[in-house]
Amino acid sequence: MNETIPTCRVTGHITLDDQDIYDPTLDVVRLRARVGMVFQKPNPFPKSIYDNIAYGPRIHGLASHSTELDEIVANSLDRAGLWSEVKDRLDDAGTALSGGQQQRLCIARAIAVDPEVILMDEPCSALDPIATAKVEALIEDLKGRYAIAIVTHSMQQAARISQKTAFFHLGDLIEIGETKQIFTSPKEEKTRDYITGRFG
Amino acid sequence: MTETMIFSALVILSVLGFITAKRRSLNVAGGNISELHSLPRHYGYLASLRTILPGLLILVLWLLLGSAVIESMILSALPQSLFLETGTNAQALLLNKIRLVVEHGNKFGDNPDILEAATHYSSLYNKGLWGTFSLSISIALIGMFTAIYRIKPDFRARSKVERIMLLALILSSVIATLTTMGIIGSLIFESVRFFQQIPLLDFVTGLKWSPQTALRADQVAASGSFGAVPLFVGTLLISFLAMMVAGPVGLFSAIYLTKYASKKVRSIVKPLLEILAGVPTIVYGFFAAITVAPFLRDTGTIIGLDIASESALTSGFVMGIMIIPFVSSLSDDAITAVPKSLDDASLALGATKSGTIKQVILPAALPGITGAFLLAISRAVGETMIVVMAAGMKANLTVNPFESVTTVTVQIVALLTGDQEFDSAKTLSAFALGLMLFITTLALNIVALSVVRKYREAYE
Repeated sequence: MNETIPTCRVTGHITLDDQDIYDPTLDVVRLRARVGMVFQKPNPFPKSIYDNIAYGPRIHGLASHSTELDEIVANSLDRAGLWSEVKDRLDDAGTALSGGQQQRLCIARAIAVDPEVILMDEPCSALDPIATAKVEALIEDLKGRYAIAIVTHSMQQAARISQKTAFFHLGDLIEIGETKQIFTSPKEEKTRDYITGRFG
Repeated sequence: MTETMIFSALVILSVLGFITAKRRSLNVAGGNISELHSLPRHYGYLASLRTILPGLLILVLWLLLGSAVIESMILSALPQSLFLETGTNAQALLLNKIRLVVEHGNKFGDNPDILEAATHYSSLYNKGLWGTFSLSISIALIGMFTAIYRIKPDFRARSKVERIMLLALILSSVIATLTTMGIIGSLIFESVRFFQQIPLLDFVTGLKWSPQTALRADQVAASGSFGAVPLFVGTLLISFLAMMVAGPVGLFSAIYLTKYASKKVRSIVKPLLEILAGVPTIVYGFFAAITVAPFLRDTGTIIGLDIASESALTSGFVMGIMIIPFVSSLSDDAITAVPKSLDDASLALGATKSGTIKQVILPAALPGITGAFLLAISRAVGETMIVVMAAGMKANLTVNPFESVTTVTVQIVALLTGDQEFDSAKTLSAFALGLMLFITTLALNIVALSVVRKYREAYE
């Protein structure tokens, strides 16, 4: 997704199952189907709730008939903890939901195509604490099934929901390790300064 | 003394007022601007407006009413016998004679009464002009001096200037609105006169258009039939053909320019497309009549189709080219207005670029694109020059694009070109056609604008 931003510059490697994702011969469309993404700001399509979820399965032909598609939609919404809230109004516009619901809709949309990895780019920064708690609980639920990489500015959130933490500063990877270790005995001075609140 | 001189004097006075007031405001404040309620130039503006506006008002009144008042005074002074000699329209004729004498001297040997009236006329005119001069200048001076005299640190000059500017803005919009209403009013008024002669129902549902009416009782001519259906069918046919060209080409070029083209290509192609919008429609008319029409006719002959040289296809095609930039730039706006986050969402789900455009971008931009199309159609319906040059004159009720059809605008041009008497059904029918056309485009525009507005709210 970086290449859609004109000023983006990447150094180093990112691999998924030993495959370099910046390999120019790689089909990014296939890659994106394997890696789901949730954005900072909830961005549901201006379609119905149902169509929002069904969009991914439709383009990948995951459902051969409409009952199967219904099932995928219901499952995804259920796993995203949204089913009970929206099951009676699947035809309403996705944009009419509240911010927290929209974000969970976006997560449901991402898991509907059954990706291997889900990237979350500050998924809670536009949400209030209660909605944040719901999304975090959802991440907690999902992490058994998917590899989730989450970007956050909130150290408490990182400490709460992650097993491994990587600390980036101005685009450089400073330190990576078990969450417990990072937050209790960081190796790098910068990491210590950050987690003790000396800057940032 | 002329009106121009009065005007120049007023301008000079108002500049003087500006300079004096600005200087005085600084003096009053003792050189300390923060003492003043408003900036010095606001005091200047106020003084200059107070000077020029009342003076101008007097001048305008003189220009509007002066000669009418003088003429009625002259006419009432003329002996009654003169009116009897010249018969009908006597007043206008006499006035014309008097004016000729005033301007060129006594070259035509008119009778002494007229000569006397002419002298009387010029003396009255001169008096009026001098009166206007002294009145407007003195009012201007009074305005200037009061404005300057009232300058004190707490005098709110800025508020007053803003008030005057507000009035000017209101006046401008009132003029614009009243003009529009006047135009519509004249259209309706003349149409009503037409519908008194030809029933509305005959006009709207009639299938035969042949506006030739007998001018004299003994003339052998068609009694005239005013069925507007063939004209509207022709108009819609040509507009439809135009949209068949402009719709896909405009929309696809907008998609290419917004989603695929590099910045460099876009910066070249977009202005080029917009040049198309700047080509005068009469040039498109040449193009249609001289290049496209023979080409289509000859191609038709080769493949065995009988295409008239004034076929609807020609006008439709060229009109389509004309409205391409219209469709493409409005669709461009609609597509650009779709937030990038939707693009991202779709791509992140593994959709292809074309899939994203088809499934997400275009549906989201659809209301805007619909609005663009409707505006383009209303443009095509009202377009005149191309069809005058390239479409036919004969009202042919057909939907075959290879045949010649005529449009509402072509008929209006034909009806109103040359000398006309404005009481026959033939001439008045042009107004009825104009009214119908106006209603059609107005309705299209209202629908288009409301669709576009609805769409704007969607992402805010």
